Amino acid sequence: MKTFEYFKVASVDEALRLLSMYGNKAKILAGGTDLVVMIDDEMVAPDYIIDIKGINNLKGIEIRDNYLWIGALTTFSEIIHAEIIKEKFPVLFEASKRVASVGVRNRATLVGNICSAVPSLDSAPTLLVLNASVEIKGKEDKLVPIADFFKGPRKTILEKDEIVLGIRIPLETRKYGANYIKLGRYEGEDLAQVGVATFVAEDLEYRIAFCAVAPTPVRALDAEAFLKGKELNTNLLDEVVPLALKAIAPISDVRASKEYRLHTSGVLLKRSLKASFDRLKGNGPSYGINLV
Amino acid sequence: MESKEIKFKLNGKIVRTEVKPYDKLLEVLRDKLGVKSPKYGCGRGECGACSVLLDGKTVRSCLIYAVEVDGHEIVSLEGLQANGLTELQKSFLKHNSFQCGFCAPGMVIQVTELLRENPHPDEEEIREYISGNLCRCTGYNPIVDAVLDVIKNK
Repeated sequence: MKTFEYFKVASVDEALRLLSMYGNKAKILAGGTDLVVMIDDEMVAPDYIIDIKGINNLKGIEIRDNYLWIGALTTFSEIIHAEIIKEKFPVLFEASKRVASVGVRNRATLVGNICSAVPSLDSAPTLLVLNASVEIKGKEDKLVPIADFFKGPRKTILEKDEIVLGIRIPLETRKYGANYIKLGRYEGEDLAQVGVATFVAEDLEYRIAFCAVAPTPVRALDAEAFLKGKELNTNLLDEVVPLALKAIAPISDVRASKEYRLHTSGVLLKRSLKASFDRLKGNGPSYGINLV
Repeated sequence: MESKEIKFKLNGKIVRTEVKPYDKLLEVLRDKLGVKSPKYGCGRGECGACSVLLDGKTVRSCLIYAVEVDGHEIVSLEGLQANGLTELQKSFLKHNSFQCGFCAPGMVIQVTELLRENPHPDEEEIREYISGNLCRCTGYNPIVDAVLDVIKNK
């Protein structure tokens, strides 16, 4: 049985002080839906647990200057129920509904999801296509583009004496359409076999991101460049797939084979681009429905 | 490791108990406090059998350390039915919505949260809410029927 000491902190400074004291022996606890399982599986064995749920200024969703701020303690359920999310970034509402199940989403946080950094993390493709940044505090303050945050499976750029304060999503002034599609083995709770998010703005800037098909969530930049400025049509969809697939490198595991993931990534990408484009034009499926 | 005294509201009553930092809420509820409706199923948040309401929201008590609920409120099935079976539970009985019964407390907890948020959910929403509650006996249809029936009578 793994034992540890438990601290409940009330401020970021207190959390940072404990982190600098205990370093790799300490783990930050927010929702715990990943961390508790990892401790039980002995993948991590912290001697100190720092519960940050008492830090009030890490809670909430709000507009600040030119971005939307989502605090480190904000749960997926809070994102799903927030009117401001449905109004500004309905694609984030859609992606959050694909995470695990209600009983997990009531506890699991968006920031915890990115800090766990498993390759199948549902929130990442959407954050990637929205050009989100990660607010980090340690010895110095950092603002890191989400694309630079992930280093490998379960690895991020976070140093042992740093914590994530929240996520910033730049407010979009253009009209746009976007979506997140998650393919699982069945409709209930499951990890993604493939996840894809796309974004199309009215000036025909495209963004494409995948999860579960590479060591980290990835953008398909070549495919985006190829589509830039073009009205979407069937031929274009066929042409963009091979370009996009160059950006991913799926593996075979218990949930799907490499070949299946490659094939379905192409299928889902086409479906996702079409839905984003249709949403941009005002005749797409409503946000939140399952597009698989 | 040192024990810590925690104080929280459990099914309407204030409870004080000593816990180790790594004691799970589920273990403390079942083994220390005699609250047996939450069940140990998968132990990793995937089956929903251990569901309880934490400040009104369904959570997995197998994924929460008991120290985390200090100062909070927990309601289990025992609390919901303190004054007799709820309409939802009666509907479960009427529709024979469980066979072995292992998933039932979690199902009732999860649907109770749903009906508080939205008294008239459609079938899709009901199925979405219970998608994290596994049942190996019923095939889910009698459970959904029970919920639809209770909504109809509201």
